[in-house]
Amino acid sequence: MAASSRAQVLDLYRAMLRESKRFSAYNYRTYAIRRIRDAFRENKNVKDPVEIQTLVNKARRDLGIIRRQCLNDHPKQLNSACAAVEGEAAEAPLCLLPGTAHPLLCPDCGRTRVKVHISHLYSTDKLVIENQEKPRT
Amino acid sequence: MLLRAGWRRAALFVTVAPGPRPTVPSRGLRLSVVDDAPQSAVPTDAAAAPEAEVGLRPLYMDVQATTPLDPRVLDAMLPYLINYYGNPHSRTHAYGWESEAAMEHARQQVASLIGADPREIIFTSGATESNNIAIKELEAAIQPDTSLVSVMTVNNEIGVKQPIAEIGQICSSRKVYFHTDAAQAVGKIPLDVNDMKIDLMSISGHKIYGPKGVGAIYIRRRPRVRVEPLQSGGGQERGMRSGTVPTPLVVGLGAACEVAQQEMEYDHKRISKLADQLIQKIMKSLPNVVMNGDPEQHYPGCINLSFAYVEGESLLMALKDVALSSGSACTSASLEPSYVLRAIGTDEDLAHSSIRFGIGRFTTEEEVDYTVEKCVQHVKRLREMSPLWEMVQDGIDLKSIKWTQH
Repeated sequence: MAASSRAQVLDLYRAMLRESKRFSAYNYRTYAIRRIRDAFRENKNVKDPVEIQTLVNKARRDLGIIRRQCLNDHPKQLNSACAAVEGEAAEAPLCLLPGTAHPLLCPDCGRTRVKVHISHLYSTDKLVIENQEKPRT
Repeated sequence: MLLRAGWRRAALFVTVAPGPRPTVPSRGLRLSVVDDAPQSAVPTDAAAAPEAEVGLRPLYMDVQATTPLDPRVLDAMLPYLINYYGNPHSRTHAYGWESEAAMEHARQQVASLIGADPREIIFTSGATESNNIAIKELEAAIQPDTSLVSVMTVNNEIGVKQPIAEIGQICSSRKVYFHTDAAQAVGKIPLDVNDMKIDLMSISGHKIYGPKGVGAIYIRRRPRVRVEPLQSGGGQERGMRSGTVPTPLVVGLGAACEVAQQEMEYDHKRISKLADQLIQKIMKSLPNVVMNGDPEQHYPGCINLSFAYVEGESLLMALKDVALSSGSACTSASLEPSYVLRAIGTDEDLAHSSIRFGIGRFTTEEEVDYTVEKCVQHVKRLREMSPLWEMVQDGIDLKSIKWTQH
């Protein structure tokens, strides 16, 4: 895999800051923004591509954490989340908007609205019984 | 549109079943309940408010009492509260195996923070239980002249750091067991159980941005330290602490330890800077302020200041927008001044006027500035109202006054 380019790193940085702003808790929000800025600043002169890739991978994982935590944070907050997941652009991402009563498509960005449970954020493989072609009962 | 099967990270919409409106707690913080009236099947008997009123919450400056969960810790714990719910002691199926793997991984994370071997970490319900196990060891000692030295690494009230390495050196040379309660120190200052010759160490989860209800005790294996278990049962945790290990909590503790290890330097630098700012600003604006505790051997995040001629409790009440404490949470119910302050020789009147400011990983400069501003404002106001202050301003030496009894 080619090492991450400067553009990719910048995109990641912007994405992380954008997601961090959605924390509803003041302390988490300010910490995330501050820490991300300081961490990227601290590592800006790293030259070794392997090290850069390690840092980028860690940043991607943290971005995932922030996304999941922002959604957990406050039910109202979920409504303003457009949950486009990085790396899964091919799939139809979700979007939720405040106030609207679950139309199929979001009027703002045209993506699908779906109502899901926290277990989707931390989901795992299906049970063996769910893979059967025809349900028994 | 269909939800693709392989997709994990979907947007979340949580329905909160309203039920009867929760009673407002008497201390004035209101719970904000999100009412999702159209969707809910449960009828609310209270009038459906358009949106629950949200009061403004105070700033949190009491990190020695407890800390908020780091989002990274919560993220690590949630899978074990949702899908991976097996008992880690079940040996016969994947649910047990994955839970056990998580528990052992957490054990490794805790051990690496303090330079120990994972086999030396026993999970408990908190530092208090760990302390009890360690002290009980004294009674289980074989030799009649074995004794135990128990010292707090960082004091929770005044933030003083004890010279652990030196004490450890002395204890090991005299063949005396050395226990330290490192609840406030783990993850904040570098600790190594081998360098500091520590035999027993208590660790608390909720002091290091981890969950409440979990902790650990470090028990040295070489040379072996024998402890007697407090609770007996199924023999879990090498027989030292029976009872099912709570996987979600220990995963949280492990994650908190790992995060602490990574963030220790950054946090320490930041907290020191904020602490200096707080102390300088207060000292600059107010006379007669004493910082309790040794200024050199001091953990910066715990600042205990005594404001002369101001009663501590009244200052706490005045600073209602900031969550503070005077002395430790465990003794906050009583009105006695802190035993720690008394022990370091603080005058009775100064001991009553002490406030503890806690600065943690999530504290911002804005919060510190706000706290300083309010503190200065209220101390000035309370001093204006104080007859003792008036007398001091007039040059009367308070110690020379003969108070008469009525």
